[in-house]
Amino acid sequence: MSKQYEFKAPILPYILVLPQMVIVFIFFFWPAAQAILQSFYLQDPFGGRMIFVGFQNYSRLLADPDYWQSFTVSTAFAVCITVGAMTISLFLAIQANKKIRFASFYKTMLIWPYAVSTLVAGAIWLFMFNPNVGVIAYMLKHTFHVDWQYLLNFNQAFLLLTLAATWKQLAYNFVFFLAGLQSVPATLIEAAEIDGASPSTRFWKIIFPMLSPTTFYLLVMNLVYGFFETFPIIHQITQGAPGKSTGILVYKVWRDGVINLDLGSSAAQSVILMIMVILLTVFQFRFIERRVTY
Amino acid sequence: MKRVILLMAVLLMAVGAYAQTTVEFWHAMTGHNGEMVQVIADKFNASQKDYKVVPVYKGSYVDTMNAGIAAFRAGNPPAIIQVYEVGTATMMAAKNAIKPVYQLMAENNMKWDPNMYIPTIKSYYSTSDGRMLSMPFNSSTAVMYYNKDAFRKAGLDPEKPPVTWPEFFEVAKKLKASGMEGGFTTNWISWIQLENFSAWHNLPFGTRSNGFDGLDTQLVFNSPIHVRHFQNMYDLSKTGVFIYGGRENKANPLFTSGRVGLHFESIGGYGNMKANCKFEFGVARLPYYPDVPGAPQNSIIGGASLWVFNGRPQAEYKGVAEFFNFISQPEIQSLWHKETGYLPITNAAYELTKSEGYYKTNPGLEVAIKQLLNKAPTANSMGIRFGNFQIIREIEDQVWEDILAGKISVKDGLDKMVRDGNKTLREFEKLYK
Amino acid sequence: MAELTHNSNKAAHRAKLIRRTFPHIMLWIGIAIIVFPIYFIFSASSHTSAEILAAPMPLNIGPHLIENYRQALFEGTKNMGTPVLTMMKNSLIMALGISIGKIVVSLMAAFAIVYFKFPLRNFCFWTIFITLMLPVEVRIMPTYKVISDLGMLNTYAGLILPMIVSATAVFLFRQFFMSIPREIAEASQIDGATPMEFFSHILVPMTRTPVAAMFVIQFIYGWNQYLWPLLITTKPEFYTLLIGINRMMSGADVQIEWQIAMATTLLAMLPPVLVVVIMQKQFIAGMTETEK
Repeated sequence: MSKQYEFKAPILPYILVLPQMVIVFIFFFWPAAQAILQSFYLQDPFGGRMIFVGFQNYSRLLADPDYWQSFTVSTAFAVCITVGAMTISLFLAIQANKKIRFASFYKTMLIWPYAVSTLVAGAIWLFMFNPNVGVIAYMLKHTFHVDWQYLLNFNQAFLLLTLAATWKQLAYNFVFFLAGLQSVPATLIEAAEIDGASPSTRFWKIIFPMLSPTTFYLLVMNLVYGFFETFPIIHQITQGAPGKSTGILVYKVWRDGVINLDLGSSAAQSVILMIMVILLTVFQFRFIERRVTY
Repeated sequence: MKRVILLMAVLLMAVGAYAQTTVEFWHAMTGHNGEMVQVIADKFNASQKDYKVVPVYKGSYVDTMNAGIAAFRAGNPPAIIQVYEVGTATMMAAKNAIKPVYQLMAENNMKWDPNMYIPTIKSYYSTSDGRMLSMPFNSSTAVMYYNKDAFRKAGLDPEKPPVTWPEFFEVAKKLKASGMEGGFTTNWISWIQLENFSAWHNLPFGTRSNGFDGLDTQLVFNSPIHVRHFQNMYDLSKTGVFIYGGRENKANPLFTSGRVGLHFESIGGYGNMKANCKFEFGVARLPYYPDVPGAPQNSIIGGASLWVFNGRPQAEYKGVAEFFNFISQPEIQSLWHKETGYLPITNAAYELTKSEGYYKTNPGLEVAIKQLLNKAPTANSMGIRFGNFQIIREIEDQVWEDILAGKISVKDGLDKMVRDGNKTLREFEKLYK
Repeated sequence: MAELTHNSNKAAHRAKLIRRTFPHIMLWIGIAIIVFPIYFIFSASSHTSAEILAAPMPLNIGPHLIENYRQALFEGTKNMGTPVLTMMKNSLIMALGISIGKIVVSLMAAFAIVYFKFPLRNFCFWTIFITLMLPVEVRIMPTYKVISDLGMLNTYAGLILPMIVSATAVFLFRQFFMSIPREIAEASQIDGATPMEFFSHILVPMTRTPVAAMFVIQFIYGWNQYLWPLLITTKPEFYTLLIGINRMMSGADVQIEWQIAMATTLLAMLPPVLVVVIMQKQFIAGMTETEK
């Protein structure tokens, strides 16, 4: 699989790879095995009773329209964030990559929010838009006469969550796009410019194809982010409200497992999510491997 | 020489400490309430030499309960753990994990009379035949808060808060008409507008004495009176008289910032109100529908109680029993009550506090106690005992939001709460039968 | 005719002006979108709780700035009583533990997988890479149970180790190692260097830039962990900053001190922002070098 020079040593590679393997086994395979086991049981939280129920935890989930609704919302959420955050970031990265004054200042100003955590993003947006205390919520209500009540209005809730999650993701995408753009040879663009290619032709014909590995990588990472890593934003802003319409899959795992102590169902949900991510990983990996080896 | 004596003193103290039995007490009290837990433990530790109670703050109620569960499964639980009212049935069903309080007291030959506790508080944590399972600790109940300044501005008498729901809705409309953003809001939709509402009107919330008599219980809070009440709230939300403020206690800012004039919240939030309201406010009893026979009955409690875990050395249990007796004393309860705003758990503590004239300056707290003591509790007003109750409350929150958003009618919504809740109850029954 | 040229000159001039200023305008809008919410919480952290709750909250910088930050840093909120300094220490230990631990473990694993042929190589490879993108959120409950069975709740090891699982760093280093000309390893072999000497004297120094980029990524990742510490830390002395923020903003029957929560939020952003800004050059360079 690799064309690199290969040392010969019988024991050394095992020693080298051991720490990573131990960690993966203890903190991934063991928990995964436990989850699979638990997902076949109905269990009381204190561990006193365990009733084997076969696939009931799974079948109940798959037959539950709320679970599918949660799946749909998670997908819509992930797609909206991905499209929004990638478009805006790419646009800004192209602007910042131009030979203009203050370019490095602009870059720094757009890169540092990479450090802002999802939780902080959630806290900030909650603070601005909370109908009870938020300043923007107040302005929306009194200056623009919008009936702002995202706790009861799904569209508003979805919009707010998407904005907060997109806002958080801008800098991440910006960093990768900027790095990608910087590896596009400037001479190539200049040549095209001399040939009289319009800015949009230059973008679509030269820059975009060169960026496609970055774009693909970001596409997968943004989807993963939107699908799984936005938990803190949901937790802070809506807690699944209105109803349970914004309770994305990951939020539901946590809610059912930690708050509701429904261990069997929570385990079954974990297993489903793990399978989804592993499929996504294999997909991404195949793609990268092909690109690297040619 | 001085040093030698000092050293000997230290050594002696160390030996003394070694002979003491340590009792761990996990709790979820923060801020001033958390400090008071420590104060009470210190008082107990100073009152005798054999036991040392060590309070440990473990985060929110949910965190504390999860920590307790994890510790029990790992074989090292604390002797005492504070569990919120929602977890009561879960703890109770875990028979292998807990030691009931009545049993604890009997095993240690304590002089202990369960009838010293306020009936509604005692019943909440007892089996239906009166055996107490956990020790009441921080108890509260739901009351109405109202903005006296806003009453004056709307031309209403600030000393005459509405008594019945029809009056209440009229007052709420007048408050909105006087220029407020809305008339009223509420916290804790399930605990206040369903559980307490049912008890206050002497209506069953569930069958089998609200779950006290067995796991084969069914939720029944979709009666015509419940539907009427929710319909009224829903109708007023359409005209902006009722403003929804979110789940749990998230509606508080609507009241404290003066945007609505009436609010429902726990008496445990009294201190918070005092700190945040820049206007004069009053506390009143929950309203009732006058055409319901038996109303008003009595309200029920919320808050948390202390559970005793199995699996500790025998010596610790004697200490736990001593500690429980200690915190039941009128002086301790009265102190806790006055410092935290939670209710006194014994009649004696209530009488003591009253005789000190405390309620002359804090009438709000007495309103809550009187509401609890209004009548002797019936099968409908002893309390609530359902498994998976956290899930049921969540279903209620979710469906209530769907009702307000117009996705489902009031009647269908309450039916759905009951139906989905019953499914959850059947699962709990299956697990513990 | 002259008029026409003049006009078209003017138009060309205008077009040029637009082309020149357009990026600046767009970038300023982008910066405004990103910075405005941050200003917001900065403003909030300079007022009293009552002012914030009054709706609408004032948007200026209030007079309580220093007082609020002093309370946040040294005392914390009344509710929780854990000062920011303590939590910042925990966040730092966690972020450094995760970033350094992951880099060390991953360098070794990537070295083994790229530079050695051994019977279980394929097995190790897939075992590690299956976890490439697995977010913590997905395996959170089962991992919690394992950590609790191991008695690692409320320990730094429990905070750090499960976060080292994911294979992103191994993957990145593997990519980089494979792009290194094979002659370098051959030469060192001919010079009589042992594999470990090659690793520590040649390979690791060559990997400086990707390591720096990885450090930034993992430091931010570690610093911003939320759900995991939320589950496994129940003792205030182990709270990280983000847990502190959550605890400050929740709690039944208590008064939320918004101004302190907001000050804490800003303070929580400082260390990772510093890391990103200071290491910005290496960060971008590391990305360019490995993402070819």
